[in-house]
Amino acid sequence: MSDSSLRLVWVYPDLLSTYGDQGNALVVERRARQRGLDVMRIDVRSDQPVPTSGDIYLIGGGEDRPQRLAAERLRRDGGLSRASSNGAIIFSVCAGYQILGHEFINDLGEREPGLGLLDVVSTRGEGDRCVGDVLADIDPQLGLPQLTGFENHQGITHLGPTARPFAHTVFGRGNGTGDGTEGAYNGTVFGTYMHGPVMARNPQIADLLLKLALDVNALPPTDDRWYEALRTERIAAATQPA
Amino acid sequence: MSGNSELTPRAKLAVTAGKAAAAVSRAAGRGSGSVIGGRVALKLDPDLLGRLAQHLDVVLVSATNGKTTTTRLIAEALRAAGPVVSNALGANMPAGITSALSGGSDARFGVIEVDEKYLAGVAKDVTPKAIALLNLSRDQLDRAAETRMLAEKWREGLTGTKAVVIANADDPLVVWAASSSPNVVWVAAGQEWKDDAWSCPSCGGVMQRPGDDWFCGECGFRRPAPTWVLSGDHVLDPHGSAWPIRLQLPGRANRANAATSAAVAAAFGVPPQVALERMYQVQAVAGRYDVVDFLGRDVRLLLAKNPAGWLETFSLIDPPPTPVILSVNARGADGTDTSWLWDVDYTRLAGHPIFVIGDRRLDLAVRLEVAGLDFRVCETVDEAVQSAPPGRIELIANYTAFQDVRRRVGN
Repeated sequence: MSDSSLRLVWVYPDLLSTYGDQGNALVVERRARQRGLDVMRIDVRSDQPVPTSGDIYLIGGGEDRPQRLAAERLRRDGGLSRASSNGAIIFSVCAGYQILGHEFINDLGEREPGLGLLDVVSTRGEGDRCVGDVLADIDPQLGLPQLTGFENHQGITHLGPTARPFAHTVFGRGNGTGDGTEGAYNGTVFGTYMHGPVMARNPQIADLLLKLALDVNALPPTDDRWYEALRTERIAAATQPA
Repeated sequence: MSGNSELTPRAKLAVTAGKAAAAVSRAAGRGSGSVIGGRVALKLDPDLLGRLAQHLDVVLVSATNGKTTTTRLIAEALRAAGPVVSNALGANMPAGITSALSGGSDARFGVIEVDEKYLAGVAKDVTPKAIALLNLSRDQLDRAAETRMLAEKWREGLTGTKAVVIANADDPLVVWAASSSPNVVWVAAGQEWKDDAWSCPSCGGVMQRPGDDWFCGECGFRRPAPTWVLSGDHVLDPHGSAWPIRLQLPGRANRANAATSAAVAAAFGVPPQVALERMYQVQAVAGRYDVVDFLGRDVRLLLAKNPAGWLETFSLIDPPPTPVILSVNARGADGTDTSWLWDVDYTRLAGHPIFVIGDRRLDLAVRLEVAGLDFRVCETVDEAVQSAPPGRIELIANYTAFQDVRRRVGN
């Protein structure tokens, strides 16, 4: 962590903040402050350079055209890629997840290059859109409880050899490849299809990012009863589809 | 303009069959029957909507928020010039619209609320004289079209329309949609919510928004000069005269709806003063804004379905310490994803005692916890109301949650 405050960068809210994913920034910020940390939240619009000195970068979901514009501008800017090679923590959702991969299908139906920060390639599914509550088991190496979220996407994301599945689905589609994987990660770069937003349903993911940023193994406890009540309800809802 | 008497025999039969189906549906206790009646009628005569509208001066009203209220305000204003038929209860897809028009054989005007997704199609069917476009923003993203795609569909559907389009100059998506029309009256009606129009709908460039102005830094797409302007609680007409807006309906958003309605009325020769006086009569719209006496409290019922709607609603509620009850469901008609709660700035409720109900009260609880607000989660509207001190309570609910509350409080 640089200096005394945690630098939390919210990437391109003008393009990639359509599905409530700014909730992830709010949850990370709140949980950091509850642990007595100073937080500097930096919202970077797509006509501004992405700072390279952030501790945690968050990228959300967006519609197809803004996704293409975001990929173009992030490639041109280069800041996020430089931050990543400096070891920054990056957590991405849906359209943002696809942008971190090698390529995805854009709104014009063409293959659009991503940033290549995750070893994944996204295509567009032929069938129904994946919409609904999801329940998944997160990779045991990450030491996190079950993942609950809401998916809403047409994309299918294939993992290459250096990307590990973030989770394996119990209910829901996740990466849409039919092999039960959901999301991907490599080191400190994460991608998921989960909205909800995902940190509101899984505050321990926010804590994982904070631990990575602070380079600590544990954080002081917080009062999580509302998160826990919501998790219990949504996990039950995912296992008993309406 | 002698109304339905000029219809073809087939159309008359369709109208009669539709009314009969509606009556059966009503008798069976399944609501007003307007949608089923319209479906039956359209099946018998697919061109019925166009035929019914032929005899009317039609005004279409569409938007993400405010279309039911604005439809009501325009209908009241135009009654100064002649009888009006309208889908006042908000059945805003082709079947509901057909049903509403079937009921107005003597009307001169048809004032019709249209669902955003159906605007282009209905505009083709009914050849409107005027189309009012208020705003476009994110809503029910688990099933609805993308917001900019809706603007694109409007734009394509309205290209070359003969109608005068009365459109909000302060919403870039609406301006983009309307500017394919040859005859537009721009109204500076304002819009608090800006987060769906940071990228230029035309070229994708980043939008610059100094003060009330907006323009694209890249392609030059910019805010058109308005001829009608909402300014505080007045509306300025094209001659520069300021008319006071006095409404029983609360809030800036309703003053904006009134300003747009005055511009529509003027297009039919009803002067602003007359139009605005008539709008004052509107008290509650399908239960919205109604104040009901429930368990010894005065509960004001407010509907907010999406982030833009919640933002406008926060600006009209009474200040702290007035208690606020929030209710959110996520059933089919609401959209089943609650992520949008995180696009609403709940810190605006700081200082209000807050009570949380509805199917998705736990999503709200986490949202409010992260916003650092104190709140209490209740099982029922009764418990929430009884937990608040006697006096005024503001109750804000999304669509099906609002219907649930109305049923319980007997409104």
